[in-house]
Amino acid sequence: MAAAGQQADLLATPEVALTGEGATGEGGAPRGARSELLHFAIRNPKLVIGLSVVLAFLTLAIVGPWLTDATPFEFGYPLGEPPSKEHWLGTTSPGQDVYAQFVYGLRSSFIVGALAAAVAAVLGMAIGFVSGYLGGVVDEVLSMLTNIVLVIPTLAVLIIVSAYLSVGSLFSEAMLIGLTSWPWAARAIRAQTFSLGSRDFVSLARLSGQGTVKVIVREIAPNMSSYLFLTFILLFGGSVLTAATLDFLGLGPSQVMSLGLMMNNAVSNAALQLGMWWWFIPPGVGITAIVGGLYVMNVGLDEVFNPRLRRT
Amino acid sequence: MLRLDGVTKVFRTGVFGRATFTAVSDVTFHVEQGEIVSLIGESGSGKTTVGRMVLRLTRATEGAVTVDGRDVAELGRTDVRTYYGSVQGIFQDPFSSYNPVFKVDRVLGMIRANYLQGLSDADWKTKVRGSLEAVGLEQADVLGKYPHQLSGGQLQRLLIARALMLELRFLVADEIISMLDASTRIDVLNLLGDLKARGLGVLFVTHDLALGNYISDRTVILRRGRVVEMGATPKVFGSPAHPYTRMLLTSVPHLSAKWGEDEIEAPTPSSLEEAPDGPLQPIDDDHFVATRGER
Amino acid sequence: MTLVVDNLRVYYRTLRGDVKALDGVTFDVADGEIMGIAGESGCGKTTLGKSLIRLDGRMRVVEGTVTLDGVRMPIEDDRAMNEYRFCDVSIVPQYAMSALNPIRKIGRMISELLSARGVSYDETFPELSRRLALVGLGDDVLERYPIELSGGMKQRVVMVLSTLLNPSLLIADELTSALDVSTQKAVAEMLVEFRDRGFVKSTIVITHDLSVLYQIADTILVMYAGKLVEKAPAAELTASPKHPYTQLLLGSLPEVGVRFEEKRLTGIPGRPPSLLNPPQGCRFRARCPLAFDKCAEEPPFTEVAPGRYAACWKAAA
Repeated sequence: MAAAGQQADLLATPEVALTGEGATGEGGAPRGARSELLHFAIRNPKLVIGLSVVLAFLTLAIVGPWLTDATPFEFGYPLGEPPSKEHWLGTTSPGQDVYAQFVYGLRSSFIVGALAAAVAAVLGMAIGFVSGYLGGVVDEVLSMLTNIVLVIPTLAVLIIVSAYLSVGSLFSEAMLIGLTSWPWAARAIRAQTFSLGSRDFVSLARLSGQGTVKVIVREIAPNMSSYLFLTFILLFGGSVLTAATLDFLGLGPSQVMSLGLMMNNAVSNAALQLGMWWWFIPPGVGITAIVGGLYVMNVGLDEVFNPRLRRT
Repeated sequence: MLRLDGVTKVFRTGVFGRATFTAVSDVTFHVEQGEIVSLIGESGSGKTTVGRMVLRLTRATEGAVTVDGRDVAELGRTDVRTYYGSVQGIFQDPFSSYNPVFKVDRVLGMIRANYLQGLSDADWKTKVRGSLEAVGLEQADVLGKYPHQLSGGQLQRLLIARALMLELRFLVADEIISMLDASTRIDVLNLLGDLKARGLGVLFVTHDLALGNYISDRTVILRRGRVVEMGATPKVFGSPAHPYTRMLLTSVPHLSAKWGEDEIEAPTPSSLEEAPDGPLQPIDDDHFVATRGER
Repeated sequence: MTLVVDNLRVYYRTLRGDVKALDGVTFDVADGEIMGIAGESGCGKTTLGKSLIRLDGRMRVVEGTVTLDGVRMPIEDDRAMNEYRFCDVSIVPQYAMSALNPIRKIGRMISELLSARGVSYDETFPELSRRLALVGLGDDVLERYPIELSGGMKQRVVMVLSTLLNPSLLIADELTSALDVSTQKAVAEMLVEFRDRGFVKSTIVITHDLSVLYQIADTILVMYAGKLVEKAPAAELTASPKHPYTQLLLGSLPEVGVRFEEKRLTGIPGRPPSLLNPPQGCRFRARCPLAFDKCAEEPPFTEVAPGRYAACWKAAA
């Protein structure tokens, strides 16, 4: 009954007055909606700034290593030198090129971040969708599983596991992080699925003989696409941060340069006390900027996707 | 024949599902092909739950919903598909019934994919044209469009066209016109009348008595999950026996008589509170009223 | 004369241009009058209601004035309107049930609202209590949270609240649409009672339901595509409508007693025009069975009989 009034109110607003009961029917849904989204996206400062920062570092991660012959673990350069023409970010105490370490480290951060986020996203979606759509016993079991993994202090577990398993590669580090950071995504997706699943078009799909998987993939997921996108970005940011933390504690792969490992080395070589700012500031700035940029981008994207948050 | 026998639906609510809420209680009635039965009730009467049980979107806690004697809750996977080939539903909000990401053609396409696989493209086009004509829609107006580009009336009619593509025997229409404008409502309603003439059985769920009176052959009045009065529409509306029915009829705003001026006597608040809701007893040929009885 | 609206034009800004939701509306509401504004979706009635109290930031008042009790209302200015809201002009919105803050007890919410207006809650309490009793609610309601009240009770609370400071003008926007038929009758009768007791001077009731308006309104104003098409005393409008749109609309309403087999009612074919680029001339022309060449010129909204106004060349004839 409330829905009836809701519709009347909706139709009274201009957006639907253009369509609905008084339209000329111009433009299609995705085309019109996409260009409208783009219009707001370009004008959202948080999105633009966040995205620019992340893209800048991504470009550096891709292109940076091409601009130098040095490799991160290579010794033989002058010891502990500040930035100069030959070594743009100076050198470390044992004589490695900081710039090389930084750009290769950026690469690792992005790779681990993306991979871990992908794993967590896939797991979170699978469990969240199934749990939210099917409900009942399946939901109770999956929710219990989600809650258990959620409650476990992730960092403590990761530390212990990393210590025992001696994480050797970026891939295994990404796997570990991905397998422990999916619960909140699963819960969020489950909640959204609950609310979407009660919509009439889902019922109609069931009445048309669509099976469960088809309904999830074709009815529910496309209507949550912005939400899924936001979730992925948050997972990405979180994974980069977690990986940096693990690396900083010396629990990440030791044969692959990463920003956290750089900081670990810098601290163990007392770079702070020795005033070697070119060694510990770039990795710190890198991590902060990437993770911060991703989170700010996320807030901006939320405003773009959700008309009610926009301030026209 | 579509039958409900002693159907009850209890929902579990609250923490750990300890509390219960009885939405529907001991409801019995039937719908034949070629007739329209309106299920009338206010909010909280359980009428939408009844519709959903018939459509197998939710399961009855007690009692059975049967079509030609087969319990719909007991159907296996393939039988469910067959069931939906003869029983379909249309819901209240036309804009919520379509997935906003896809064009409206998709609702027809899903039917083709699941029920009419063998049909050639040419035959499919003919069938689409025929169904659209039957509901008064122009192909060029609706095909290839997105839901927000069409009006509520067009969307509801398209859903009826979709249902018609199957060998439909029963249709559950849940408040299908309450969100449409007055000028388009009556056309969609008339469509239901035409479909009835072609042999369809319709369960018309509504809160609007005037609509029920206009279109239905028999009426079932639901209050708080129980049937309080039931029978041939002219009898239920002409000589309402139950206080609740009388209350409903005297509350409906008319265009020619003010409230209080109509012939039906309004019930007193106490008679409404104490109104019986036990088992139904016949008071006339095809007119039943709830009596006092155990719950 | 309580309310005088003169040539009001309110447009909505959108990415595709201006939606001319309200395009030149002139009417007045007398003291003690209940005026019903009827029309289908997109006709502009909700825009009209909201513009009188400026409740929507997206609307742009392009032209026109609104005068209440001889004072010109600053409807273009959101801030300036704040002074008038609640005490002079009040609105009972469409989802009154959802308008109550769920984490505030009713009494607390009312006292906050009153203190924002500089009115003492304690001084107003006796009157508040009286009015609650009038609508069948006890003082205990003030100690409850919204979730503990039924839909009908919430609706009544909102009505008492909106009229607490005896506004000159009450706007009821689709008050009865989301309600059951029994509650609908109670709420509609409450509107009349409030007017009879002087809690509000004039009332504007916005709805698509002509039958409710027949029951409680003194005058009915029918709108179509942003314009006024007919105005008449309620009983006269429903008995002998002069505008073709009103005639067709009334003809499409099933009354209890009319059955499909006996009399097949018809609706109005077609759809209302787009308000982005409304057509020239009479806006109902495309769907009107009586349309002829003169309709290419927009008919003025004039008095075609004593007390009867219509915007139609045929009605004027």
